[in-house]
Amino acid sequence: MSAAANPVSSPPIAPKSFVLGNPVGRAVRLGMSRTGYEVRSYFRQGDSVFFTFLFPVLMLTIFSVAFSNQSFGQDAAGHPLSATRYYLPAMLAAGVLLSGLQNLATDIAGERSDGTLKRLAGTPLPVMSYFIGKIGQVFVTGLLQAALILLVAALAFRVPLPTDAGHWLAFTWIFLFGVATSAILGVALSALPRSGRSATAVIVPIVLVLQFISGVYISFSSLPDWLQNVASVFPLKWLAQGMRYAFLPDSYSVLEPGASWHVGGVAIALAIWLVVGLVVTRVTFRWIRKDG
Amino acid sequence: MLAPVRRRLSPAPRERHDGFMTEHVVQVTDLHKRYGDFTAVDGVSFEIARGETLALLGPNGAGKSTTIEILEGYRDRTAGEVSVLGSDPGHPTLAWKARLGIVLQSSGETGTATVREQLTHFAGLYPNPRDVDELIAAVGLEAKARTQIRRLSGGQQRRVDVALGIVGRPDLLFLDEPTTGFDPEARRQFWELIRSLQDEGTTILLTTHYLDEAAQLASRVAVVAGGRLVEYGAIDAIGGEAARVPIVRWGENGERKEVRTSEPATHVARLVAANDGLEPEAVEIVRPSLEDIYLELVERVAAERAAAEGDPSGADAATASAPLAASSPKVTTENEGVPA
Repeated sequence: MSAAANPVSSPPIAPKSFVLGNPVGRAVRLGMSRTGYEVRSYFRQGDSVFFTFLFPVLMLTIFSVAFSNQSFGQDAAGHPLSATRYYLPAMLAAGVLLSGLQNLATDIAGERSDGTLKRLAGTPLPVMSYFIGKIGQVFVTGLLQAALILLVAALAFRVPLPTDAGHWLAFTWIFLFGVATSAILGVALSALPRSGRSATAVIVPIVLVLQFISGVYISFSSLPDWLQNVASVFPLKWLAQGMRYAFLPDSYSVLEPGASWHVGGVAIALAIWLVVGLVVTRVTFRWIRKDG
Repeated sequence: MLAPVRRRLSPAPRERHDGFMTEHVVQVTDLHKRYGDFTAVDGVSFEIARGETLALLGPNGAGKSTTIEILEGYRDRTAGEVSVLGSDPGHPTLAWKARLGIVLQSSGETGTATVREQLTHFAGLYPNPRDVDELIAAVGLEAKARTQIRRLSGGQQRRVDVALGIVGRPDLLFLDEPTTGFDPEARRQFWELIRSLQDEGTTILLTTHYLDEAAQLASRVAVVAGGRLVEYGAIDAIGGEAARVPIVRWGENGERKEVRTSEPATHVARLVAANDGLEPEAVEIVRPSLEDIYLELVERVAAERAAAEGDPSGADAATASAPLAASSPKVTTENEGVPA
């Protein structure tokens, strides 16, 4: 207002410079600015808050209540495992998939069709800053989501959490690695829907099928071998397995294929899919469909 | 409402930088764009001098937006030479983009950012942005600064588009139908804003369907139809002398009569004399507006194209301009025939 009332009083402007500065530093700085912008807009979208952010907590609550009378085995000390404890790792893995892959694939497809990407393409925003913003958004929202899931499990359902550094360390790297892979795959998959309208219809079934065959909703050990083999190609199975390693009693490794947690396999599978996502993104990502 | 002075932006110190030998900020030579069998742009040439505003006019589907998107770096050209700010827009760099301002055709916003958040964020992308509050005032959105963009009216969203286009102090500004959805008062405020940018030395390429807007803002116009440049020149010269010949209209025995004459007052005097010194019915002398001249031009081009057989794009142009042609003045002329 004051500037408007006094049009001549605005401070002198520095001479125009066409050197944008160190490209890497600038890309990172603008990427941070994008992250703030993206996180804010994520939480202002009612549907993204419900279907990606709160969904795993909601499912955890439903499973805890619905299966409260079922047996999920017992830990080394002979205490029965609650449904919440059994489903906690699965919901953490689902959260990573929803916050990264589902969220970004639909979000970017929508931005491509509503003109947001076209507008950004006309500005001096580096593509890398755009990606840093998107992946930063996934890290921030994914972290808050995981914290919420753990809090609800621990406080509302009294799930005992690991007490040793080793399991927390495993959770940390599996979570961070999983978020990165899931986010990159989301960027890569955003090229698939032909329009923003169809994005949810294209992406959600993929995510849903993956969850059903990867041991998120249905116990992985109860699936037929051939389906387990199919699921083992995809990253979610490994992510869920890593989360089970972090949060289930060690004795539960007998339920895994080969009666082992295969933590090394988790790292390898996530790394391969991260590279696949990066390559697909590099090849397919365009600000706009040039002749569309 | 806000006084016009409040829409003026404070002038930026202009720096004439090196590496910029040409006086033409935009230079287009024999530009072609084909999509399969369809030729959208068919040999267009024009240039824009530094500080000049050129209006690119033409019916829908004439190739305006294709041309402008090639200059903005959004589309590849099929053939021809294009230079924008001394660079080939086919290979855009970030430093080059920092000197452009782009107001795209409106797209319908779903943004959850507020007006101030959005402008602050975009200001951060440029090396030397405008003051955000000053800019919000300049586009008349002070009262909406804290409103999410998706909750604004169409005309208000369009003002945000315009603000985003100029936040980086562009050397060259593209305005693609910028005032769609503006009420008449907002349009006049927008004109005032554009004049202040012109005073700063900003070069502008404008497309619009409002011919009065082109006449207000541009010094020259380029008219495209069917992918070709059909007229190009100073705004007060297009269509040629003949197209500017005034029209005298009057009533005679309840019938409307029209004559085109370069001596309208003499003609009226003759009418009075012929009417035994009595005032003829409902006399008017009309000088064709830019809109009249433009419509005549487009109608003529469409007719010529339709006449050229086996040319589907010509037939398209004729269909596209038919509603416009219907409102064009039908006149007899003392100077014979249609303007050449």
